[in-house]
Amino acid sequence: MPTIVIDGEPYDVDGDKNLLETCLQLDKDLPYFCWHPAMGSVGSCRQCAVTQYQDENDERGRMVMSCMTPITDGMIVSLKDEATQEFRDSCIETVMTNHPHDCPVCEEGGECHLQDMTNMSGHTQRVYQGPKRTHRNQDLGPFINHEMNRCIACYRCVRYYQDYVGDTDLQAQGSGAKVFFGRHKDGALESEFSGNLVEVCPTGVFTDKTFSKHFVRKWDLQSAPSVCMHCAIGCNTSPGERNGTLRRIVNRYNGDVNGYFLCDRGRFGYDFVNDQRRLAEPLVQQGDSLDSTDRDDALAQYANLSADCEVIGIGSPRASLEANFALQQLVGEDNFYSGLASSEQALHQTSLTVLESTSALIASLRQVEQADAVLVLGEDILNTAPRLALAVKQATKNLGLNMAADARIPSWQAAAVKNLAQNQRSPLFMLTPAATRMDSIAQSCHNDVPANLARLGMAIANAIDGGAPGVNDLDDQEKELVAVIAETLKGASKPLVISGSGCFDVAVVQAAANISRALAAENDKAAIHLVLPEVNSLGLAMLCSKKPEADLNAAMKRTVDQVNGQAAVVVLENDLYRRAGKGLVDDFFDAAQSVVVIDSFHNDTTARAQLALPAATFAESEGTMVSSEARAQRYFAVHNTEGYVASSWKWLAELNKSVSWTHLDQLTAACANSSPLLAGITLAAPDREFRLNDQKVARQSHRYSGRGSATAHISVNETRVAQDDESALAFSMEGRQSNLPPALQPGIWSPGWNSNEAINKFQDEIGGHLKGGDPGIRLLDKATAGTQSGWFDSIPQKSMPGSQGYRLVPLHHIFGSEEFSSGSNAIAQRSPKPYAALCAADASALEVDQQGWLKVELNSGQWTLSVAVDDSLPRGVLGLPSGLTGLGGLQGAAYGGSASISKTQSPVIASDQTSGGGE
Amino acid sequence: MINVFWSQLRSLWGVLKHTFTKPVTVRYPEEMPYYSPRYRGRIVLTRDPDGEERCVACNLCASVCPPDAISLEKEERDDGRWRARYFRINFSRCINCGMCEEACPTYAIQLSQDFEMGEYVRQDMVFEKEDLLIQGTGKYHDYNFYRVSGKAVEGKDKGQAQNEAEPINLTSLLP
Repeated sequence: MPTIVIDGEPYDVDGDKNLLETCLQLDKDLPYFCWHPAMGSVGSCRQCAVTQYQDENDERGRMVMSCMTPITDGMIVSLKDEATQEFRDSCIETVMTNHPHDCPVCEEGGECHLQDMTNMSGHTQRVYQGPKRTHRNQDLGPFINHEMNRCIACYRCVRYYQDYVGDTDLQAQGSGAKVFFGRHKDGALESEFSGNLVEVCPTGVFTDKTFSKHFVRKWDLQSAPSVCMHCAIGCNTSPGERNGTLRRIVNRYNGDVNGYFLCDRGRFGYDFVNDQRRLAEPLVQQGDSLDSTDRDDALAQYANLSADCEVIGIGSPRASLEANFALQQLVGEDNFYSGLASSEQALHQTSLTVLESTSALIASLRQVEQADAVLVLGEDILNTAPRLALAVKQATKNLGLNMAADARIPSWQAAAVKNLAQNQRSPLFMLTPAATRMDSIAQSCHNDVPANLARLGMAIANAIDGGAPGVNDLDDQEKELVAVIAETLKGASKPLVISGSGCFDVAVVQAAANISRALAAENDKAAIHLVLPEVNSLGLAMLCSKKPEADLNAAMKRTVDQVNGQAAVVVLENDLYRRAGKGLVDDFFDAAQSVVVIDSFHNDTTARAQLALPAATFAESEGTMVSSEARAQRYFAVHNTEGYVASSWKWLAELNKSVSWTHLDQLTAACANSSPLLAGITLAAPDREFRLNDQKVARQSHRYSGRGSATAHISVNETRVAQDDESALAFSMEGRQSNLPPALQPGIWSPGWNSNEAINKFQDEIGGHLKGGDPGIRLLDKATAGTQSGWFDSIPQKSMPGSQGYRLVPLHHIFGSEEFSSGSNAIAQRSPKPYAALCAADASALEVDQQGWLKVELNSGQWTLSVAVDDSLPRGVLGLPSGLTGLGGLQGAAYGGSASISKTQSPVIASDQTSGGGE
Repeated sequence: MINVFWSQLRSLWGVLKHTFTKPVTVRYPEEMPYYSPRYRGRIVLTRDPDGEERCVACNLCASVCPPDAISLEKEERDDGRWRARYFRINFSRCINCGMCEEACPTYAIQLSQDFEMGEYVRQDMVFEKEDLLIQGTGKYHDYNFYRVSGKAVEGKDKGQAQNEAEPINLTSLLP
């Protein structure tokens, strides 16, 4: 371990880091712009200059850029040397010559890296009086606001956008003093990760447009540690609230999971919490309508409705473990059903079985980033688990990093590593039903129907380990592909297999499991990651693992067949019309004596309820979610509930007369005791009794303003702040603000570091884990894996699309396929309209083109959809978007089946004709 | 002993002399005393020379307010200007320290010379934006924030603020 001397003090440091990282790690304040912990150094901003001395006798020294200076043993540097201090000051002054006088009307003000660095380097007065250069802004879509005048040309945005993410539509244009960062013309940024520009940009060029619509300063936000609800990856977030409105989401660093970045669905999908469709009061059916009522009446109504009959509970993968467990306890284990259609339930249970018994590592996103060969089997990860896709993109850069290491170039030398690697990437294989935007960085891609992809997967496993079941009738092209993939994965030091339930095909998951098992036999670093569809899918699967057959269809069958008219159904946070066909669900509700729904929103299911109880969203409640890497993570209420709205688990605890759960912790403990799989969940975060120096943790910043006036228009007499009895956090600015356990860290701030760059102060090393350990606890791992299950040996029949109607495959969309986020305005603007995709040959056979319309008939219903020609789809395959609100009634169960389609006319014209006929 | 008498005589003389001096008190409220323009009295929100609201809802006044008496929220209309959607001062908490005025980057919030703020009901001490906003520019007559800032608003395009160059033409090949 090298020793270096900084300003006369010796330090033992990590030799792999550069000098800037080392200084920041030692808690020294050194300004920087172009360096970013995830993107390395390019040495262009000249802001981090320090003085380096030849030896002890050297009194003059020379100026070096610390971000470009490797650590050498015995090096002597000074941050306080006057000459470099002056130089840093003058650098800021140059940068500031063109910076507009905008801070009061800039969304970044108060959490601006440029403000922080200007303060830090001591440049407090603008000397320059000449004219400033100006730029015209662009409209970059519903997420990002563009204000180019503020640009300081650090190039971080394009390095992030092009080098880190690999998208191309944000570019540096012009040169010198005229340089401009934008698109070639107005339009939404194509990247799924554009929202990170808000945090990457050190100043206010890219700001959060959704936040600006209900803007408050960072110090005025009340925040809490939370978990993203929009997919199963479980990124850590820090939502901010004020005056009862959820204002924004920012990233909350977790070294094992999301690191520095979020996807746009996670960042901009929060607005559904503020939606008009929220249930605010308990609703009771009176005649044909639902009338609002109060809490006590609602509880009495439930007692009436559930008296003298079986109570059947329908759980949900989007509700917390505690809420699902509370429902299970309310109705009894025999009457609890998962709320998933049989096909989805099978997928969840298979995934759980695979992860439980895996001999490969279950890859966290950090481990995904370290993989040197990746096979994606069947899953469109960019749309079903976007943050995972970003991690895979980083994994493909490992070849370049290895080449750099061989050439003795340190990994933080971003430009050198990029130049050395050119277009060479670590191998990535994309075997998906249709082309994805990841394909451009893949070594090879192959599109086929899920059953055939599963066959390929099985063949790959067989090629790696002869013990695995083989597949006979592959064609030559497939055989070659299988051989290449098997050879590459076998030769890799950290191979990774990614699959998931996105295809709605169990065989695909089983094939991935076989491959990972085959790899793990030879390589103890082989890893697997199975993507699940919803935030708590794996948690629900664990809760249901004792009775895997208890799915929604079983509940329906039982209600309709056996207890007809004698059952009360309690539905927890689940719109059943998204899970099963309308007819089935209607029959189910008709057969039930009464339907009680606990949910946050009005939807088709609440419309059928005799009693609807208003549930809090993630922003007002707390609970535990299990991510697809089996990490149990606690999320906490950002603000208190209002009126009759209460957390689902609270409603369920109230309804249950046989238990007395007064706090979430009791419920969590009971849930942990219920199953060895869930035993670890109490450790996900400190409990409600946790105190630091006898204090709770403050959700508000130390400069939270307006306490004496924010509610003064209602009453000038100030009321007591809301009390949080469920966690160690307080709805107040009073309490601990520093040295918190990471799982209770509401937001990131450090003296002098008002932007999210303050995260450097919270890590054990730059880009490493958080001090005190990354939040969350792994429930499953290779080490805890039970007995190895055998090979999955049911190989699906070769699917010949076109033989019996069109084969349906799901097409996922980052914006629109997920239930919560599609209720947010900005996301809804980016969601596609319902469409039917097919290849050009099929389209011409049907005599339709891109402007045409198709009538699609399935067992569960029929739709008139516009045509989208996608030539990556095989012949005889029809791609339908998954989960779109405009395609209500099309559930996962339908995929894999077949459809008949025919050419039709535009529904607009059709309706015109109808109205014409009416006249 | 002489000293004691002398001291008493001197005091008597001092008191008698004051009988003929002009009083420093005034007959308030019939007569108003003089207040320096720097007096820190009731807070007002001023307008810029063009008659537009000066407040851009930057929140700095609220953040420096020691008794947390100020609360406001930003809105942005089609003209591109930031304004306060609501601006509320709880004068029953205000300590007239003037920190808000010091923090204000647009000269919007100013403390006036008016101090007559007695109310029978404490709730009436809560002032909303329409109570605070005056028609004039207050103490600073010429300052117009949007003439200095780089943000384009209706009536002031990019490049038209003070000390601003014309927007860069990206399609030009000239250096």
